[in-house]
Amino acid sequence: MSKVRKTAQAGTVESSDIMIMLAPAEAGTGIKVELVSPTMQQYGKQMINLITKILVDHGIDDVLVNANDKGALDCTIKARVITALERAGE
Amino acid sequence: MDRLRRSMMFIPGNNPGMLQNAGLYGADTIILDCEDAVAITEKDSARNLVFQAISEMNYGTEVAVRINHISTPFGWDDLKRILPAKPDLIRLPMCQGPEEIRQIDEVISEAEHKNNFAAGSIKMMAAVETPKGLRLAYEIASASPRMVALAIGAEDFTANLKTTRSKLGRELFAARGQLVLAAREAGVQCIDTVFADVNDEAGLKNELELIKEMGFDGKSVVNPRQVTVVHQFFAPTAKEIDYAQRVLAAYQEALEKKSGVISLNGKMIDLPIVARAERVLAYAKATAAKGGR
Repeated sequence: MSKVRKTAQAGTVESSDIMIMLAPAEAGTGIKVELVSPTMQQYGKQMINLITKILVDHGIDDVLVNANDKGALDCTIKARVITALERAGE
Repeated sequence: MDRLRRSMMFIPGNNPGMLQNAGLYGADTIILDCEDAVAITEKDSARNLVFQAISEMNYGTEVAVRINHISTPFGWDDLKRILPAKPDLIRLPMCQGPEEIRQIDEVISEAEHKNNFAAGSIKMMAAVETPKGLRLAYEIASASPRMVALAIGAEDFTANLKTTRSKLGRELFAARGQLVLAAREAGVQCIDTVFADVNDEAGLKNELELIKEMGFDGKSVVNPRQVTVVHQFFAPTAKEIDYAQRVLAAYQEALEKKSGVISLNGKMIDLPIVARAERVLAYAKATAAKGGR
């Protein structure tokens, strides 16, 4: 698996969750993460790095990520990104 | 003494907030639920979240996963994804016979081997929710050495009986009795169904009194508020502990005197009473080890 073929979404906007939306991107775009979070100042960079790392580990080169965080722990972020990837038709 | 399973608390498998707090309420077992608590469109999401939660959270208590039944499109995928996280226990809902247990046992054995887990370290339990499952309860409980408990799922069971649930639970009396007999014969624990009305504490207490008398080891719970009430009911009282200690002392004295007949306060003490006293003290010790909770 190395390509996001269609738009896909996982997670919710409930407290402690994160909603991840993935959209296909042209080759060469790279991994672009747009994150909204109540803890943007404290953990924003860390969360973007985590999302990026999961995508890289799954062999993704090009994707647009929209993440709406509601205070998710790392394990939740991982689960939601992986579910979104599976739904994107890896 | 078997592991304490007085309370087995269901946690919806697709709810991160509940999953992250699941270990805080003192339940003997938490059951991360991939079945009824998860919408059909979110089964994939729940199994990924449950896998990550077990892998990364330190719950400090027994962690079970209720998978979807293996006859649905989700059951085998649940096992495939979740077993590498090494849950302590897999709970199968709606069990209809021993063959289902044997099939799951095989898949667990493969996962244990593949992930270098100790063979037999992942346990199993099954919920009986149909007349057929109840008729085969002993066979189900003894289908694998992994089996540690039988449970009854009352909502589906009463629906299958074409009746409804009542506060007194008369509709479940035969089924509960039969389940305890099967569990005892197979040497596994017996866990009662949930009490769904979380605001009716008096009703919960009545039901606990009934199931404790019938021989159940614990109860499935749906709300953290029910955990303490359940534990209070299953903990031996100070009076029971005192009596058990005196029974064992009298038994010991009789052994030393090589006396054939034992009596305590004018009542004959025989071996079943000694065995019960030992069980009360083992239970008291096990609850004390959990800080008396």
